[in-house]
Amino acid sequence: MVEDGGSDPRVPVRLDDGHHLGTGGLPAVFENPGLPAHVHRLADDDEAAGRRAERQVATLFGVSMLGALAFLVAYFAIDYTTDVFVPGIGSVNLLHLALGVTMGVSLLGIGFGVVHWAKTMMPDEEVVEERHLQRSSDAKRKEAAGVILGGGEMAQLGRRPLIKYSLVGALGLFALPFLVQVVGSLGNVTETDELAHTIWDIEPNPDGSPGAPIRLMRDPELTPIKVSDVTIGSVFHVMPETLKDSTHVLEDKAKAAVILIRLDPSQFANDERGRKAQDWGYQGIIAYSKICTHVGCAVGLYEQQTHHLLCPCHQSTFDATRDMDVIFGPAKRPLPQLKITVDASGYLVAPQGFTEPVGPSYWER
Amino acid sequence: MSTAVDPRSAEALREHDEVSEPAPGGGMKVAGGLAGWLDDRTGGAGFMSYLLKKTFPDHWTFMLGEIAMYTLIICLLTGTFLTFWFVPSAGQVVYDGSYLPLQGVTMSEAYQSTVDISFDVRGGLLIRQIHHWAALLFIVAITVHMCRVFFTGAFRKPREINWVIGTTLSMLALIEGFAGYSLPDDLLSGTGLRAAEGFIQSIPIIGSYVAVIAFGGPFPGETFIPLLFSVHILLLPAIIVGLFTAHIVLVFVHKHTQYPGPGRTNMNVVGYPFMPVYIAKAGGFFFLVFGICALIAGLVTINPIWAYGPYDPSPITAGSQPDWYMGFADGALRLLPGWLEFVMFNRTWSFNVFLGAIALIPVLFTLIGIYPFLEKWVTGDNREHHLLDRPRNAPVRTGIGVMALSTYLILFIAAGNDIIAIKLHLSINDITRTLQVAFFVVPPLAFWVTKRICLSLQRHDRDKVLHGRESGTIIRTAEGRFFEKHEPLDEYERWTLVQQESPEPLVLGSQADANGVAVKHARKERIRARLSHFYFKDRVAPVTPAELAAAHHHGEHETLTSPETSGSLEGPPETQGLGLPMSERESVKRAPEKDL
Repeated sequence: MVEDGGSDPRVPVRLDDGHHLGTGGLPAVFENPGLPAHVHRLADDDEAAGRRAERQVATLFGVSMLGALAFLVAYFAIDYTTDVFVPGIGSVNLLHLALGVTMGVSLLGIGFGVVHWAKTMMPDEEVVEERHLQRSSDAKRKEAAGVILGGGEMAQLGRRPLIKYSLVGALGLFALPFLVQVVGSLGNVTETDELAHTIWDIEPNPDGSPGAPIRLMRDPELTPIKVSDVTIGSVFHVMPETLKDSTHVLEDKAKAAVILIRLDPSQFANDERGRKAQDWGYQGIIAYSKICTHVGCAVGLYEQQTHHLLCPCHQSTFDATRDMDVIFGPAKRPLPQLKITVDASGYLVAPQGFTEPVGPSYWER
Repeated sequence: MSTAVDPRSAEALREHDEVSEPAPGGGMKVAGGLAGWLDDRTGGAGFMSYLLKKTFPDHWTFMLGEIAMYTLIICLLTGTFLTFWFVPSAGQVVYDGSYLPLQGVTMSEAYQSTVDISFDVRGGLLIRQIHHWAALLFIVAITVHMCRVFFTGAFRKPREINWVIGTTLSMLALIEGFAGYSLPDDLLSGTGLRAAEGFIQSIPIIGSYVAVIAFGGPFPGETFIPLLFSVHILLLPAIIVGLFTAHIVLVFVHKHTQYPGPGRTNMNVVGYPFMPVYIAKAGGFFFLVFGICALIAGLVTINPIWAYGPYDPSPITAGSQPDWYMGFADGALRLLPGWLEFVMFNRTWSFNVFLGAIALIPVLFTLIGIYPFLEKWVTGDNREHHLLDRPRNAPVRTGIGVMALSTYLILFIAAGNDIIAIKLHLSINDITRTLQVAFFVVPPLAFWVTKRICLSLQRHDRDKVLHGRESGTIIRTAEGRFFEKHEPLDEYERWTLVQQESPEPLVLGSQADANGVAVKHARKERIRARLSHFYFKDRVAPVTPAELAAAHHHGEHETLTSPETSGSLEGPPETQGLGLPMSERESVKRAPEKDL
């Protein structure tokens, strides 16, 4: 910045060599010109305009009253099962529509009326209020500091360290009972093992032999599924037969949901993963956990042509031909596979539970 | 003394009575009597008159905070009504209400009662929809209000505390909104809760424990809905109302900021008194906001939970999305790549979820909250500021703000990647990949572009002050040259364009003392000087009176001489002699002939 105060006022400032603060007799910066003159509104001077504004405001308040009365009429007169067609909106419940519109009109009438009143008739000449620095005066600050420090001294806070430290300790510990009470009253932390178990898990018989396999059932009908029902390309939403005896239906469903797909055996990828998927399935029928390994949504969108399974929450995409490997999206792990076979009656069964925890990842999985 | 009242008589009780002035007749008498009665008991007359005389400056952007305040009140009113009917229980029942498609369906009491509010309580659906719409508007208003405060620099001293309170409020509003729309326990919100449980599980070390504690065991459990209900209707509203009250009180204490303009200084506030103008305008505005909420609620259906069905962990709908304000976090989850989850020390580190779902919101709001303190440290400005900045006059701050907004917008768009893919027939994979790249590329670009726009707007302001406003009047001279006539600004218009400060970067002091020993904190100061340089190096200083005088002097000179002396586009020779650049030389800009 160039200080150019002393030069001849008649010589113009050169504009090509930077910013100038003042020259000759001119001030360094502009001065605030102050408030511009107030311009009167029509209603300020013209009584007829004032009366017109008064009538407009009163009309708006009148509209509001009509709206409120119409609300009451609608509330009592309209049957709540009546639907009407409104262009641009579609079919809506008439009572709901009438109540909303009449309530809106009664409120807007007041609102527009008052604002119109303020804008046409209330003073519109700006007033100036001075500000003061936010801080208190030094004397006041000193006084306040004196009161606080003096108080502490009177309480002998500085001279009695034992009281000070034991008080801090007591107050600190005092918070604990509340915390423990609140947290302890919620869930039982020993139940985190539950995350790794589903009702597909088979309890061994009392004599130690493996328990009976669990049938795959259609969701929500809970009917068993025959191999012949599952045509190539079809999809079944499946729950374990054990759900029938469940006492915590939603909790068990939230982990046990399974999606069943049948592919033509030639469609599986010709690699280790494709073969493993086939081995755990039955004649191209494969069963996978439907709980997304990302954050646990149900992976419900199956694309029959590409054999991709898509999660509608965050678009993780799993490849059914390669053991539900993640081929796109934020999930990391493939969906866990449920090993299936067929029982003596020709129904699909699971001879063992999932071999890893289903659903979203967690620390100790 | 014979004149003294007998101390034992009842008269003694009236000894110190002061007779109030008789009030004017009619309604005033009643009101005055009541006011007197109150003042006798509270001594509030002084405070009341101080309050009612308070001046508020007028600007449409100051209404944004008001909208937030009113929608909060609307939510409190309608929410209270909803608590009369809503049953916060996950207990399973079979529906037997008037909505036929759901009859015989097993559902939670929470869902059933929400369906009942929608169909069996007269006007219940309207109240529910006003509640939801007002909540959505509440967060819109908060967000836009926050942008206004940021871009005008209203967070500067002495208002930093209020900025932090406001930031906290806006974060709590998100959580409050999420808690609210999760309560009905419909399929959509239940899926949201399912995901929320997954989010919690992703927290390193304690995730699974926190999840079990919150849900009272395996998801969904029966304890979470009642818990969420208490949080939504009691805990968070109490904190929000408390902080909001503090927010408003501080606005009164600080007096409102104002935009720069003639008559407005850093030490005054120019506007209209609370009584009657702002009571009317603000009070009327409450009814306008409420009325608009009621109209929208009546006309546009939001969250038709009866169409979604009750929550069941197995089914799902395509296009599952949260309310708009959670969109950016959902978008972050869609963009974070899967390889951010890995196993280390035999433990699962699920950063693909944790970063977007758990860390993002606190980190974002912490950054917002500390911005005033960062800026203050960089600029070294410890003065009080009551005059707002025009955003163009703080190019770096405005650039940072737009950069943040662009990041937010990319995450927000990402939350709709599936909808965009369907509606525009694009590949979802391409959209997601593009947005992943955009997340890193667009924000710096947005910063740079915004800063350049701000600087050129400032130059435009300079130009306008020096040469006046383009009048649109084209003058043709005798020899066929065309000029656009420029009209000078009056001093009031001019003031707004020249009032700003234009600080230069902090200069680094000596790095060593007289004995050559490095000064303490030298490194810190170097960083500060560099940041200050970054903040202030590109500056367009406001026009000074000397510059304006020079422009006028030259302008008159040219308009007098140029038409007669020369037809050359280079202008008269004596002007060239001053060595002025072309752009500064002419008070009248030549319109290119081909355009005419």
